[in-house]
Amino acid sequence: MNLNILILIILITAALWAAMTRSLLRAAIGLALMSIVLAILMFRLNSGLAAVFELSVCAGLIPVLFVSTISLTHPLTKEEVLQHMKDRIRRFWYLPFITVVLGIALSLITVKLNIKLPPPETEKDVRAVLWNQRPLYLTGQIIILLVGAFSVVILFKEAGKDER
Amino acid sequence: MSVEALQMFWPFLLFVIMLFIIGIYCILITFNLIRALLGVEILIKAVTLLIVIAGFVSGHTALAQTIVITLIVVEAVSIAVAVGIVLGIHSHNNSLDVRRLLDTDK
Repeated sequence: MNLNILILIILITAALWAAMTRSLLRAAIGLALMSIVLAILMFRLNSGLAAVFELSVCAGLIPVLFVSTISLTHPLTKEEVLQHMKDRIRRFWYLPFITVVLGIALSLITVKLNIKLPPPETEKDVRAVLWNQRPLYLTGQIIILLVGAFSVVILFKEAGKDER
Repeated sequence: MSVEALQMFWPFLLFVIMLFIIGIYCILITFNLIRALLGVEILIKAVTLLIVIAGFVSGHTALAQTIVITLIVVEAVSIAVAVGIVLGIHSHNNSLDVRRLLDTDK
């Protein structure tokens, strides 16, 4: 079996685990595992810099955000967990079934892709593309970061007012 | 780009579709706000994978990486803001259940 396919199967398994596991903490860990597997795949597909970003931000920062949110919210009691468990199993058991059946069905289809590929790129360096060819992306990133910072400040200010 | 790379596109696309289904199912079925955010994350991962494989197949890996880096920044900021909103809702309702959120509106 091709190694890429094996990595993709691990990715899907991690995604299923993150979606279906009862504990939110385990789901956050599953998400981090997904990011790590995706980063490995990116390295294999010649996207090293994006893989480093994926590894540091998506496998490092975002699970920390999720774990801190889970720790700031109160966990369910044992009675509530038992009450929700049957309901969860009833709602979620379709998911692996649908995923596997759809995966097998799609793999049986042989598609001959006739994509017109664009001319090969002239610039191979990511930094040169980002700084010279796509400066608007950088501007957008700066604006989004500022918007995020201001939103978080406003949200916590409102939460502080509510507590008073 | 080589024919071999183009032939790689279909299996990758298959797994992207499967990831999309898992993410959408997670968002539609769950009543927990944090788990809904996890579903959004899974959807973003599917998009990231699609961009990377498209860049690899077309031979535009530098451009694909630029787009992925931008996507990661947008993802981190949107999740940080969403987490702040979820915490605000929790402090207001003392619950993360969407059904209780609807009850308070009545």
